[in-house]
Amino acid sequence: MAPPLPPAQAHRAHPVLRAHASVVAVVAVGGGAGAAARHAASLWWPTPADGFPWTTLWVNITGCAVIGVFMVIITGARAAHPLVRPFFGTGVLGGFTTFSTYAVDGRNLFGGGSGGPALVYLVVTPLAALAAVWAAASAARSVLKRRQS
Amino acid sequence: MTWLLVVLGAMVGAPLRYLTDRAVQSRHDSVFPWGTFTVNVAGCLILGLLTGAVAAGAAGHRLQLLLGTGLCGALTTYSTFSYETLRLTEAGAGRYAAVNVVASVAAGLGAAFAGAALAGALWA
Repeated sequence: MAPPLPPAQAHRAHPVLRAHASVVAVVAVGGGAGAAARHAASLWWPTPADGFPWTTLWVNITGCAVIGVFMVIITGARAAHPLVRPFFGTGVLGGFTTFSTYAVDGRNLFGGGSGGPALVYLVVTPLAALAAVWAAASAARSVLKRRQS
Repeated sequence: MTWLLVVLGAMVGAPLRYLTDRAVQSRHDSVFPWGTFTVNVAGCLILGLLTGAVAAGAAGHRLQLLLGTGLCGALTTYSTFSYETLRLTEAGAGRYAAVNVVASVAAGLGAAFAGAALAGALWA
């Protein structure tokens, strides 16, 4: 018969969960807020089911530009609270932007017979997203450098 | 009500992404962002399956808001994907960056097609 686990160990949560409980909590709250903002955008600027997914494209581009600025600030600042990055970067921006809707919308455009727009959408989104994160991070870095000098 | 479904789904999806990323990243020592790649492709598969289920009438609008807009939307991310790609290029790993973009888009699209096909086989 195996000896029973000591009570402390038996009731211990999974180590990853336990060590990051507060991080997991702020990621959840941030993710909920980011997804709500994305949902709001889809209600304000609705796109027809078989139309070009402009709203998701702009949501993703905006989120990529914001993370470019945010990461420069958060890695450059000396005294950022350790929960700011998981809350805003992982939570809010991760919840706001979406890769799954991008891929499924691309698939649906193909399925609806819009092969041309599907290809344009699938290629333009990553190019615009990368351009946005690069331009935003570069601009933020130069502003930060000018302020520090 | 629709807002509640979206937020509830996202409050599960976002931490699931964080924990999956941590677990995947701790199991390899390459510079390739396998964690984000994993959640993004998994989310595309689930959303493809769900969209197929909705098209076949097997799932309703509420489930789409909870699992699609909420859970899959927050499980997957474009901001971290593009930021990690930028970091790879800045670190001199331009080839990894290019592979990350091409592989993520191809695998995500493939997973969306696979999910929809699976839904068609199950419910159509």
